[in-house]
Amino acid sequence: MNQYIPHTEEDIRQMLDKIGMKSLDELYSDVPSDFLYQGEYDLPDAKSEEEIRRYFKEMASRTTPLVPFVGQGWYDHYTPSVIAAIASRSEFFTAYTPYQPEISQGTLRYIFEYQSMICELTGMEVSNASMYDGPTAAAEASRLAITSARKKDTMLISSTLLPQVKKVVKTYARYAGTVVVEIAEKDGQTSLEALREALAAHAVAGVIVPTTNKYGIIEDHSGFADAIHEAKALLIEYCDPSTLAVLKSPAENGADVAVGDGQSLGIPLSFGGPSLGFMACSKEHMRKLPGRIVGATVDKEGRRCFVLTLQAREQHIRRDKATSNICSNESLMALWVTIYLSIMGTEGLKEVNEKSFAGAHYLYDSLLATGKFTKLYDKPFLKEFAVRAAQGVDIPKLQKKLVDNGLFAAQPIGDGIVTFCVTEKRTRAEIDKLIQIIREEA
Amino acid sequence: MKYYDKLIFDLSKEGRKGYSLPDEHLFERRMSDEVPSSLLRTTKPRLPQVSEVDVVRHYTNLSQMNFGVDTGFYPLGSCTMKYNPKINEEVAAMPAFQNIHPLQPAESLQGIYAIYEDMEKMLAAITGMKYFTLNPCAGAHGELTGLMIMRSYHQSRGDFARTRVIVPDSAHGTNPASAAVCGLDVVVVKSNANGLVDVEDLKPLLGPDIAGIMMTNPNTLGLFEHEIKEIAALVHEAGGLLYYDGANMNPLMGVVRPGDMGFDIMHLNLHKTFSTPHGGGGPGSGPVGVAAFLKDCLPYPHVERADDKLTAEEGTAHSAGMISGHMGNFGIILRACAYILSLGKQHIGEVGRIATLNANYIKESLRDVFKLPIPSVCKHEFVFDGLINDGAREGKEGATTLDVAKRLLDFGFHAPTIYFPLLFHQALMIEPTETESKETLDAFIDVMHVIAAEAADDPDILHAAPRNTPIGRPDDTLAAKHPVINYRDLLAEA
Repeated sequence: MNQYIPHTEEDIRQMLDKIGMKSLDELYSDVPSDFLYQGEYDLPDAKSEEEIRRYFKEMASRTTPLVPFVGQGWYDHYTPSVIAAIASRSEFFTAYTPYQPEISQGTLRYIFEYQSMICELTGMEVSNASMYDGPTAAAEASRLAITSARKKDTMLISSTLLPQVKKVVKTYARYAGTVVVEIAEKDGQTSLEALREALAAHAVAGVIVPTTNKYGIIEDHSGFADAIHEAKALLIEYCDPSTLAVLKSPAENGADVAVGDGQSLGIPLSFGGPSLGFMACSKEHMRKLPGRIVGATVDKEGRRCFVLTLQAREQHIRRDKATSNICSNESLMALWVTIYLSIMGTEGLKEVNEKSFAGAHYLYDSLLATGKFTKLYDKPFLKEFAVRAAQGVDIPKLQKKLVDNGLFAAQPIGDGIVTFCVTEKRTRAEIDKLIQIIREEA
Repeated sequence: MKYYDKLIFDLSKEGRKGYSLPDEHLFERRMSDEVPSSLLRTTKPRLPQVSEVDVVRHYTNLSQMNFGVDTGFYPLGSCTMKYNPKINEEVAAMPAFQNIHPLQPAESLQGIYAIYEDMEKMLAAITGMKYFTLNPCAGAHGELTGLMIMRSYHQSRGDFARTRVIVPDSAHGTNPASAAVCGLDVVVVKSNANGLVDVEDLKPLLGPDIAGIMMTNPNTLGLFEHEIKEIAALVHEAGGLLYYDGANMNPLMGVVRPGDMGFDIMHLNLHKTFSTPHGGGGPGSGPVGVAAFLKDCLPYPHVERADDKLTAEEGTAHSAGMISGHMGNFGIILRACAYILSLGKQHIGEVGRIATLNANYIKESLRDVFKLPIPSVCKHEFVFDGLINDGAREGKEGATTLDVAKRLLDFGFHAPTIYFPLLFHQALMIEPTETESKETLDAFIDVMHVIAAEAADDPDILHAAPRNTPIGRPDDTLAAKHPVINYRDLLAEA
């Protein structure tokens, strides 16, 4: 037997006796015999633990972690050591969804804390327990807007959203019969004028705009909420939650829904997953929110405790009338985020942003000084920015050279434009090395 | 387990901190000097201010109010709560996999792409499907992806009329919900008296408007749909496709392949059949497999091999599209890969057989005290319909399935899935998995007998349960009627 199956031959015999069968194969007597797989499965030989280690070490040796100077939705922020130490407690990670609250107060309590922290960052009143990732959270927000509006079929999405967000929103919309129209950008940010025109031209249920966009620019959303609300549509802001300690919150921008990816809150890059999507809204839309929500209550003796609540929205109760099909979310990653925000606090998060800002601006100025890149938009940015490659700069060749030096930078986003990103984890030495290679090789 | 009252916010003290950040002392620029104040936040988020030791003790205390697979037996039907091997965690934590930006150039990602390629091949071998995508982040996400593939296929052939999908009345709630999110109308097919899809009820539902049927086999009653061959022929003949909900794949692992039963599309739950942890409700992973003719409809990015080089490619015109931020929950895929390697071709056949043995053993050992509506051989799980003697008498309510579930908690077991499937009023759905020993099952069976005797004697013992847990039964009605869903709400209450 495989090491994770504890049965001895004697156990199996006794158990078969109990159920009145002679062999394990008799358990499949209800299966038409031509479906029973004959012969050997086309799998590798069973591996021992040491051989499993060897396999992954071999794969790791063909994978090169590079020092990231790229963001585009995944940010290399510092992860406090406490997080993995706590989140690897098996009482957390081997638990199921907390359907039995009497023995799941640990999970329920951290989700309640997580919801509270997401509300603090976004300024919204209600948060769910998490979604898969930022792009799927945006797609679910689009669904919320469409169902809220009833007879309207169009979503407006800013052309300045990250490409993966636009693509996933469009995929979900295509099957739901929702029309998606992109709002044009002007000088690197969502154009208010184009937004007004689109609102007038279509039956718009909701509008998705980024607070920091694909160029890294901090968007100015003055006038957005008024124009959108006048058209009786919902304003959905897509944000990087790490920046919300310093940047205007979605609530301050008048948003009805805030979504984004929680990876920037202490979750390792991990090739893009697992991460988590967050989704928060005003109380008005609480009962349309997808996914799980944890609420406070009391037990029979009046002790404070927590339960999954407002479940009449969910698939296991409402089936095809549910607000979403989501069941498993990213609960353990919500624990990561909760511990991260507990450790960092508002001041720590501010410091993360200040340090990232300072590093990114140092790199930006230095790159322009090399003459290899030119200014693209003169707009405020935080940790990520876009520049245009100067005439004669071969970007693929440069990227190759950077990879050879252990760096990942100058990510092309089309039209000779490349992006860079600097977090608080980047040292002066790393930044200077990047600048030097660009100066010499680009 | 002991009761602990605090939230992290309760521990906060102005001016306390738990973090340390490097200071390069070189960057002298401040946001407030350079970013217009109209873009900056004016209100301050109220996050806790706590020390590292506060955080560690708080969450350790929380963990002690939690039950997990490592704590004890979890007979939760349709959830496949098998043991989560520790080597899986070790490989997922390797720095070479954790510190990788997903957009890194392909030449730096050959090892990761090779794991995707190996996983897809191994899952194809296990299921009899031809190609896989590992991009879906959970089971329901896989269902949705599978339905998108189904619709893309019909549309690629210029057939836009297939807007309805058939779902059995015993299906998991995610099936109809996923169909609705995919823009499909749900048509319900009834179960017959034996708990199987009623083929006669199915026939008139088929037609040119049907995109396909979603089935779980074995179904949520733990019964093998042995008429699947006829169902597959009928659905295919009507131009529809067959979708396999892999939530119940565990009893078939190493015994029967969905691809051989006529299914065209399926998903797997790596957090069920493939031993990755449930994480208190995710992250999961829901790979989707398809027959050869559906390859072009897979979502993207998808790893492709050209000579010796692996790349992640965008889809073609018929692709279902991009369905998550990148290529799914890589960390979970690594764990499942380690698990499959530990089974290999030598042990794959043990999983389903022993899981099925364990389920039948419990069923036969408890049918003297619980009602067994469908007595035939089950697969990985089965359903009781409440106690035979619930103790109801003049002036006393009988013990319900909820009461049995709560009383189990007192004895250190997790409860089974209750009140699902909806076909029975007092449904109690039990799935033991193959990683539980005969001794554990016997202990569970003994406790269930004790509980049945208690109910017959005095059902109030069960009504009052649980008593040995950190809290008693919570007031769900209060929580729903008067939602308090964040710390500010809670403060406002006080």
